Amino acid sequence: MTVRFVVNDDPVELTVPGARRLLDVLREELGLTGTKEGCGEGECGACTVLLDGEVVDACLVPISQVDGHTVQTVEGLAARRPSVDRPAAPDDLNQLQWAFLETGGAQCGICTPGMLMAGQAFLASGAPATDAAIREAIAGNLCRCTGYTKIIEAIALAATRRDQAESLGPTSDHAGRP
Amino acid sequence: MPVGRTAPAPPAPGTVLPDTPTPGPAPGRGPLRREGPAKLTGTALYTDDLVFPGAWHGATIRSTEARARLLAIELDPAFDWSKVVVVTAGDIPGPNIVNSIQDDQPILATDEIRHHAEPIVLVAAPDRALLRQAVGQVIVRTEPLAPVLDPLASDRVFVHYEIETGDLAAGFAEATLVIEGEYRVGHQEQLYIENNAMIAVPRADGGVAVHGSLQCPYYVHNALKRSLLLTDEQAQVVQAETGGGFGGKEEYPSILALHAALLARACGRPVRMIYDRHEDIAATTKRHPAVVRYRSGVAADGRLVAQDIEIVMDAGAYCTLSPVVLSRGTLHAGGPYACPNVRIRSRAVATNTPPNGAFRGFGAPQTEFAAEMQVNRIAEALGESPLDLRRRWLYRPGDTTPTGQVLRESVAAEEVLERAAEAAEFERVRARTAGDRAQRGPDARSAHGIGLALAWHGAGFTGSGEVHLASVASVELTADGRLVILIGSTEMGQGTKTIFPQLVADALGVPMDDVEFAPQDTALVPDSGPTVASRTAMVVGGLVIEACRRLRAVVEERSGGPFADTYRADAGTHGATRIDQHFRPYPGVDFDDTTYRGDAYPAFGWASAVAEVDVDLDTGEVAVRSVVAADDVGRVIHPVLAEGQVEGGTLQAVGYATIEEIKLHDGRYLNDRLATYLIPTALDAPRISTILVEAPFSGAPHGAKGIGELPMDVGAPAVVAAIHDATGVWIHDLPASPERILAAMDTLVRR
Ligand code: FES
Ligand code: FES
Repeated sequence: MTVRFVVNDDPVELTVPGARRLLDVLREELGLTGTKEGCGEGECGACTVLLDGEVVDACLVPISQVDGHTVQTVEGLAARRPSVDRPAAPDDLNQLQWAFLETGGAQCGICTPGMLMAGQAFLASGAPATDAAIREAIAGNLCRCTGYTKIIEAIALAATRRDQAESLGPTSDHAGRP
Repeated sequence: MPVGRTAPAPPAPGTVLPDTPTPGPAPGRGPLRREGPAKLTGTALYTDDLVFPGAWHGATIRSTEARARLLAIELDPAFDWSKVVVVTAGDIPGPNIVNSIQDDQPILATDEIRHHAEPIVLVAAPDRALLRQAVGQVIVRTEPLAPVLDPLASDRVFVHYEIETGDLAAGFAEATLVIEGEYRVGHQEQLYIENNAMIAVPRADGGVAVHGSLQCPYYVHNALKRSLLLTDEQAQVVQAETGGGFGGKEEYPSILALHAALLARACGRPVRMIYDRHEDIAATTKRHPAVVRYRSGVAADGRLVAQDIEIVMDAGAYCTLSPVVLSRGTLHAGGPYACPNVRIRSRAVATNTPPNGAFRGFGAPQTEFAAEMQVNRIAEALGESPLDLRRRWLYRPGDTTPTGQVLRESVAAEEVLERAAEAAEFERVRARTAGDRAQRGPDARSAHGIGLALAWHGAGFTGSGEVHLASVASVELTADGRLVILIGSTEMGQGTKTIFPQLVADALGVPMDDVEFAPQDTALVPDSGPTVASRTAMVVGGLVIEACRRLRAVVEERSGGPFADTYRADAGTHGATRIDQHFRPYPGVDFDDTTYRGDAYPAFGWASAVAEVDVDLDTGEVAVRSVVAADDVGRVIHPVLAEGQVEGGTLQAVGYATIEEIKLHDGRYLNDRLATYLIPTALDAPRISTILVEAPFSGAPHGAKGIGELPMDVGAPAVVAAIHDATGVWIHDLPASPERILAAMDTLVRR
């Protein structure tokens, strides 16, 4: 089938079997390999992306369900997108990514894209960043490296900065994106 | 309550936030992770992210029996085999052996199948659909044989050790209290979130390059050279970004690289072998299950006077690294306590189950769980606080271990214990939980408990291991004036790519950003030994610092000025200068592999943990609420990364203690999916507070010891002690599952 949707603000149109997983379309058709596969069964959250702002496991979503919708992946988070000839640098990062870098929230990094997307959705929800709320928000994302401690710290730090920015008025947007 | 214990202070209200966050580390937190931006933007390239045009996909056809005779491999003639390639043992140019300690594991099974999921046939095809079809048309004919599944019934012993010191009989004769126990721990899966993955690419010179998720490029290099009959240059191993290892990518990648390389040679194209989670759990190595029988004798005055320990580890069907895993388990089995009369006997035996291998802690978590259970049970029998008992028994400088090693320096057992106990307010909480227990009525629904553990962990390879490894680490000032670190040690999340530039910048007096880290590609970097055994920061770090000192001396001698100001000009005049630093034995460290006497490790790291749990008395479920971990790492190189190691290791230990369990049926792992093999989520994870203790090791120029494995040794016994404090029952077998806890509470009530 032919599907049309928006990925990270870019419209795409492709002809693929409707049952093909969103994960494979992102990684293989669109070259967006930032989204990872850890289980293919909806258990690990490594493939987490936002579908119309909602957290989904891209390994469980057939592409037919994406037709007409908006997808955001880790590649869409950075304030400035790295490229082949310009590798990613700290000042490319958005507030949440930056908080992960500062606190040590990414170790091996394989869970990180999914964690960032879950964290981004949590920040966008505007919910108070309590320890329990953050844990709940990332409960579907497994990490084997960090014990989650610094991931939770990172999301809390980004939320604190978001709240401060909000109290300062319209100098930054709600997603905490600079 | 917002969290953010160690987060830098947020900007004061009223300050205008910059449009982009200001790059730069927070003070006192160490430099930013070097490859962090790539990982955070999704641009870091893991194996499955690498694109090789025209690559085929490979698959492994595996045994569905635990033990069988392989009679025939048949290809259905109705299928068009010209479109795919099939590889069997007969296609291997060299020995059908996965290079390791013993030459017992075939790359592909030939006559006897020895475990479930053993590789038999390889297939590659241009696309996945055709691959699936082809795999379905391969028929493996076998005749079942009776498997050996119980390690205690196995008479095939891969390796055994015996350590004896003092006079055991005299020790027990002096004892007025003897505590015995049998402890069983099961398999644990490393469960890195990135599955094992390898891509093999044929080289123009007839060799093969493999790009993969791996810890030890030179292990893979040796395996390829040997079985594919390649030269050093023809075999090329390149580490891709690696999504976690924990030992699970120490030896396993060798067989996977061989499989991918065989297929790539057969089809003349790149071949991708990317395991899915099911295959990864079903086929790859796990932590060794063990049975530990322990007898401890305590004299009337409370001294520990005898330890008699017997260890049986289940190696699975092939030897892999079992001799070194068992060795480490044996050497640590007494725990960090001085005892004059000790006997430790151990063996690793074969069963018809998938081979077990390296996993963080490497044999020590199994035996130190038993050691700590004994100490806690003795404390209970003596009516003494488990903290006070450890204070009396723990190793102090000058004490002698069962191998006769005198602990001359860098002994921090007492410090980690005191720091953890103090931060967790161990005695205060313990008094409270004791009060709760005394008052608890029959209607109580839940119970709170606190538990303590102490451990030691030998830093670096065991015994003469480092001497045999003969590692080389290099630093080069290139002709165009760049500074490059050349080591085969890999980044897998623990921070190698950050701490090495840091160490070099420090040693050379240059900014860290001026130091490059060469890719882990065997065509470019020397063999600095495997990235295992918490040895990288200590051993390889030490070599790199020595190399820097020599480089600095050479350049400053030539230039007459400080290195930082003169090295670029020096490169312009003298061209490249490369220093290769070879490992030299630590002075005064001597171990005899045949008698198991001497200095088993150049130094030990020390760890203590205090855990608090809530136990649901109806369901037996355990919630681990908090862990305070104090770990002695010699010297902290990078606080954030070091804490990250402790936090991650602690949670793996909590999983080991409470929920992680492989169930077997006829030698097959039953729960070989992520839906059935559970690891802790953010909701299961306790609050973890880390205390880093520094008792430097004089043999390393920077004083650093290891860190990665320490937290793995203490977490499980601390949690099980806390479960006992809450419920009054001792759980001897890991994990302390709800069923085991309920069953033990039942028995307690009936008594
Ligand atoms: S890959 Fe989608 S949840 Fe694991
Ligand atoms: S950082 Fe490795 S799995 Fe989370």
